[in-house]
Amino acid sequence: MNIIIIGCGKIGATIAEQLNNEGHRITIIDQNERVLRNIANKLDVLGINGNGAVMEVQREAGVENADILIAVTGSDEVNMLCCLIAKKNANLSTIARIRSPEYENEIEYLRKMLSISMVINPEKMAASEIVRLLEFPFAIEIDSFSRGRVDLIKIRLGEDAPILGIPLQELQKRASVIPLICVIERGNEVIIPRGSTCLQANDMISFIAKPQEAVTFARECRIPFEPNRSIFLIGGSRIAYYTAGMMNVPRHRFQLKLIEQNAERCTDFANRFENMTIINGDGSDQQLLIEEGIEKADAFVALTGIDEENIIMSMFAAKRSVPRRITKINRLDPTVVSEEMNVGSVVSTRMYTSDYVLRFVRGLERTRGVDIEALYTVANGKAEAAEFLVKENNPAYVGIPFAQLKLRKNVLVAAIFRGNEIIRPAGADYMQLNDRVVIITTDRGLHGLEDVLI
Amino acid sequence: MNFKIVSYILGWVLRIEAVCMLVPCVIALALGENTWTAFLIAITVAAVPGLFLGRKKLRTGNFFIREGYAATGLSWLVISLVGALPFFLSRRIPSFVDAFFEIISGFTTTGSSILSDVEALGKGLLFWRSFSHWIGGMGVLVLLLAILPMNSGYHMQFMKAESPGPAVSKLVPRTSDTAKVLYSIYIALTLIMIIAYMISGMPLYDAVCIGFGTAGTGGFAVRNSGMADYGTVSQILITVFMILFGVNFNVYYLILRKKTGSALKSEELRAYIIYIAVVIAIIAGLVFFRNYRAEGFGYSLHHSAFTVASVISTTGFSTVDFDAWPELAKLLLLVTMVLGACAGSTGGGMKVSRVLLLLKQAARELKILIHPQSVSIVHFDHKPVEHSVIRSVNDFLIFYVLICIGSLLLISIDGFDLTTNLSAVLATLNNIGPGLGKVGPMLNYSGYSDFSKLVLSFNMLAGRLELLPMLMLFYRRTWTKYH
Repeated sequence: MNIIIIGCGKIGATIAEQLNNEGHRITIIDQNERVLRNIANKLDVLGINGNGAVMEVQREAGVENADILIAVTGSDEVNMLCCLIAKKNANLSTIARIRSPEYENEIEYLRKMLSISMVINPEKMAASEIVRLLEFPFAIEIDSFSRGRVDLIKIRLGEDAPILGIPLQELQKRASVIPLICVIERGNEVIIPRGSTCLQANDMISFIAKPQEAVTFARECRIPFEPNRSIFLIGGSRIAYYTAGMMNVPRHRFQLKLIEQNAERCTDFANRFENMTIINGDGSDQQLLIEEGIEKADAFVALTGIDEENIIMSMFAAKRSVPRRITKINRLDPTVVSEEMNVGSVVSTRMYTSDYVLRFVRGLERTRGVDIEALYTVANGKAEAAEFLVKENNPAYVGIPFAQLKLRKNVLVAAIFRGNEIIRPAGADYMQLNDRVVIITTDRGLHGLEDVLI
Repeated sequence: MNFKIVSYILGWVLRIEAVCMLVPCVIALALGENTWTAFLIAITVAAVPGLFLGRKKLRTGNFFIREGYAATGLSWLVISLVGALPFFLSRRIPSFVDAFFEIISGFTTTGSSILSDVEALGKGLLFWRSFSHWIGGMGVLVLLLAILPMNSGYHMQFMKAESPGPAVSKLVPRTSDTAKVLYSIYIALTLIMIIAYMISGMPLYDAVCIGFGTAGTGGFAVRNSGMADYGTVSQILITVFMILFGVNFNVYYLILRKKTGSALKSEELRAYIIYIAVVIAIIAGLVFFRNYRAEGFGYSLHHSAFTVASVISTTGFSTVDFDAWPELAKLLLLVTMVLGACAGSTGGGMKVSRVLLLLKQAARELKILIHPQSVSIVHFDHKPVEHSVIRSVNDFLIFYVLICIGSLLLISIDGFDLTTNLSAVLATLNNIGPGLGKVGPMLNYSGYSDFSKLVLSFNMLAGRLELLPMLMLFYRRTWTKYH
């Protein structure tokens, strides 16, 4: 596909590299000639020097023939303008990075008004990843799709899980909470489960559940974990702001403690979050951390703007036996942080953004000529979650309970969006007109909802 | 130095050459000429190592600028060595150095010859000689880029190393697509030209061979009389197409994309056209009064236009013996030789855009002398020019002058006069072909010793690849492990 990237900073360059590796034709627009020259030496891309929000420059980059425009300059407003101008002149999908918390509440409105296909907010994505890591400490991986409305949580079953060896339909009858298991990875095999499937020890299962259900289910599967309660946040960055916003809801019962050097920022946080402990001090000051009780903390999240500082602080936290550590890495390549460094989970805004864009592009490519609304890869790309819209009153499947529908092998209905409601379908549920249906499958040949049936 | 990748590239270049040699082989066989066996041996010599070296799939690791430049320089040496074989093996050119000189002159689109009787080569070999112009015009590695799937930015180095001009840029995001676009334009223009030549009355074989010579801005003729045999209409067509192939191919791409307006705004194109018009006018006037009073002004204009087009596009075809022209006309031709065609064309020389940049920079230096505090940046096509481009143009000039002086000293050993030697160096380094004096349009390079021929061969390669890739081959650090 022909892709235009505006802004060749860290994120723009990472996206360009990934998309270039996938074989797309990429044109990069930036105002800094030097950056362009560097990237054109490394990747097979075309660099255009100029302001990407100027129509003439976009024309020079071939916007008429482009399929996707990705605006990732440093300024949210410029990004929106780039997308708006491109959309008026050409028929393409636009992606804009909008990350200021000020626009956060009206982001859906902005998206619709500017007809932007996808808004990326790397800091918010990193924040929700941090929250997920803290909320589901038992999860190996969490895939989220349908604009983050559905989380697919992956866990590994131990030898002593009581649910082993029993067919799933039997388990369902046993009353206790069994979430919707969507994908089972057994060795190299990927299984989409049916009623008769039995779970085995060491299976990696991915399931959809509400947060509280997920915790109960993990307990039931006897996965050892400690719930995170007292959490240290170091550095009052934008990620910290989003993280605090997401965690500062009563149901989480998190106790947040923020350490930030800048007094003004501290005041900002204090204005916004009334129940948070905010310390105006240096997070790399070990004495201060000890005073504030780091040894009793459940989790330590290093979010300052300096990668090296984050790494050192997380290593210190490890030494002070904080069980869960999360380290933000921005500038460095996340792979430089090795297991031995003991910094816990690494969160990289750069990687999330490029992964997210990559998934969007792949989905767009796959949905060409087929009836799929959106497509996401799950379980490390071994399975796909495809979103279909029920457009017509087809009597073959509309209004018929799932228990009576004969679905194909390796196909599973994971979720139904009806208006603002999310239904996790059971046997008695059925599809209605204008529902959005998420199908998880290992079969790549799906073109429409009809293909799901036998 | 990553020898694996370099040898892989060499393997593929040899494969391409083997396929290209099939064409003259078949022609020789069809016309019952005995040179086809020589072609067959040469094809085997190219194909066997080609298949062997190019068989491993290319992995992109460790492929940087120096690998790109070294591979380019080596590829041109290797295709010339193999390409010389048909001449040598068929004994039509008994000395290998002569055969090597002849084919380098072909691939580098120079058109300098050591032969006095070209027709004696036979149509198969003549076709190969002209075909080598066409292959070398756009470049073997550019062709390779269009064929081989490669997606790292470093492959752009091939194009930078092989395509002429101070700042080689892509037309479309992918290097391979750019190469495809360039070759498509090249092929289309060549076909149009061959058909036009045939309509004007040239025989098919001549139209194709002269077409190859014009497209690559080479200059090998297929008749002993050069271009003089063809009708006036054909000669006018050749004049027009020589000028067209000296234009930057980006211009044609822009016209194809329906951006004719911005294509015609190109400063280089304008300077090129104006320069041609002015020089033709001066020379036509000079030769009318001195040489061709009897034949009339139309005759003078026609032949001076042909010669100027031939020299500025660095083709080197000739209809008349311009060595007999007045001194001023000859000197103007020498200056035109150095100037050369536009960047991004198939022509050689210093390139119009480089000279323009040098002039603008010189003007800027004067301005800075008067206003020492002034901040002044050279603009080209209404865009500021990066310092690195200016630097590379300066470096080019330094290397250019050094090579000129060095090779002039070396070939002076043979004892020819200064005009002959200087024009020989300029005609080979700028890929033109015929020079003045004893290497004039009606004579040839056979008088030089083998050593001088090798020096001139180096000049041709250096000129075609714009100096650096050839110089890189002689730089010790190119080959060391830790550089």
